[in-house]
Amino acid sequence: MLKLTDVHTYYGNIHALKGINIEVSEGEIISLIGANGAGKSTTLMTTSGVVPAKRGTVELNGEDITQMAPDDIVKRGICQVPEGRRIFPYLTVAENLDMGAFLRDDKEGIKEDLDYVYGLFPILANRRNQSGGTLSGGEQQMLAISRALMSRPKVLLLDEPSLGLAPIIIRQIFDIIQKINQEHKTTIFIVEQNANLALKAAHRGYVMENGAITMTDTGENLLENEDVKKAYLGM
Amino acid sequence: MRWINILLGLAVAGILGFYGIRELLADPVYFLELFLGGLVRGSIYALIALGYTMVYGIIQLINFAHGEIYMIGAMTALIVASVLGLWGWHSAVIAILAVVFAVVYSCAYGFTVEKIAYKPLRTAPRLSALISAIGMSLFLQNYVMLAQTPEFQPFESLIPDFAFWEPYAHIITSVELAIIITTVVVMILLGMLIKFTKIGKAMRATAQDKIMSSLVGINVNNVISTTFVVGSATAAIGGVLIACHVGQINFFIGFLAGLKAFIAAVLGGIGSVPGAVLGSLVLGISESFFTGYFWSEYEDVFAFTILVIILIFRPSGILGKHETQKV
Ligand SMILES: Nc1ncnc2c1ncn2[C@@H]1O[C@H](COP(=O)(O)OP(=O)(O)O)[C@@H](O)[C@H]1O
Ligand SMILES: [Mg+2]
Repeated sequence: MLKLTDVHTYYGNIHALKGINIEVSEGEIISLIGANGAGKSTTLMTTSGVVPAKRGTVELNGEDITQMAPDDIVKRGICQVPEGRRIFPYLTVAENLDMGAFLRDDKEGIKEDLDYVYGLFPILANRRNQSGGTLSGGEQQMLAISRALMSRPKVLLLDEPSLGLAPIIIRQIFDIIQKINQEHKTTIFIVEQNANLALKAAHRGYVMENGAITMTDTGENLLENEDVKKAYLGM
Repeated sequence: MRWINILLGLAVAGILGFYGIRELLADPVYFLELFLGGLVRGSIYALIALGYTMVYGIIQLINFAHGEIYMIGAMTALIVASVLGLWGWHSAVIAILAVVFAVVYSCAYGFTVEKIAYKPLRTAPRLSALISAIGMSLFLQNYVMLAQTPEFQPFESLIPDFAFWEPYAHIITSVELAIIITTVVVMILLGMLIKFTKIGKAMRATAQDKIMSSLVGINVNNVISTTFVVGSATAAIGGVLIACHVGQINFFIGFLAGLKAFIAAVLGGIGSVPGAVLGSLVLGISESFFTGYFWSEYEDVFAFTILVIILIFRPSGILGKHETQKV
């Protein structure tokens, strides 16, 4: 469904992605793990068109989206929850969700999805008129995921959803990510430093080092892999 | 430092309050006239200041060519009104068409200026865009001077002296009343646009985080263009209104009006829409009192003194926060 082939991305002279290949099938949960600075966020930003690849291709269902503008990529069904959540701080919770549905006109469907995300995270319904910047970290992550769901994505890209959250909230967020995958067959691509968590939730995983993919296997096998254990699981 | 500021503020407010009340009691009608005159000035400043503040909020650029957009609005209205006047059209039709053409032309110029002078520099250092803005301002002034004439042209008011208003006209004229009412209506419409519509929310989102806005599917370039167009439209309305009020225009009227509105926007807190309106009213009214009670010949010096004082004591303006809430 989503396919990155020999993707090279640069920031000026910095060669951040050095020819990576990643393939995500429909309905799958994929995890990309790696140390800080490995190039995980860049992978998602290149997929979303914010930092387009210099070489190589990004394809969605066979269509080349490598050089498309970010909003055109969202139109095609790829939506990202970026690192640090990037809630619009001066928009209310409800307005943040409206922005998630920016490209949609179907009032009925939007209403349905709004009820759906308020059902997933009832706390957001209580806070709907509060500005986004006043939410706690966990609430902001819930809002960020909900905002992305409001676009009815085919592929959901999540950048470090566990970052800076309490373990109990992380558990809740990952349960919901899996629930979304099962209920809507949404394809999910998670980037994480928390390898244990991400690999347990994923069908398949990729390991990234210094802008290159060094390993790929099923989530279970990677969890058992000695190198992965040493480098990322602290064992 | 903070205490000194508060004490200074209280002292100034006390002295102004004392003189204000004394003058009010001495000659209430004159006081009222000055107040209303200030309100009229402030309204015009507000219509222009909105464009500065919205553009600053969204791309952190001081659009120095904005005053010229206002001048082009007035100039277009003059041309349309003159031509239609020659054809002998009804004055109400002329007024409406003049405003419509002024708005459309100004919007087209605002849109084009952004595309030509600012968009290519979006990722360049801010100084480059600022210099480009000053260049654009000079270019538009000179272009209009060459295409029209450097002389002042009489501008016949598009707003008639309403008969029903006759008894109050010595306090505030029909034109002045129209300026205040139009400004209030424009502000309310603009407030609703920003608060409730999809494009308004997208403008606020884009001002807060451009990358995130593009990640929810907002076409950031279109939103920026829309911001320029909306700001140009209100400036054009301001241009037509002040031309009606002053009765003459030339290619240079945008310079001073633009600067004053810019000062008003900074005074209110640049990037903040309510701030621009408040700053404009405060500047307009205090200018009016200053020239009415003290030195009328130092009108412009007064505005620039205010600018210097804000920049020293409160650079974020009246409503500005440290991190200004934009748009
Ligand atoms: N905006 C940027 N400008 C320049 N270099 C960047 C930028 N963003 C990331 N980088 C560099 O690209 C590399 C990959 O970064 P990133 O994708 O953020 O890694 P990760 O998400 O795995 O921590 C790092 O060396 C980082 O310093
Ligand atoms: Mg990252």
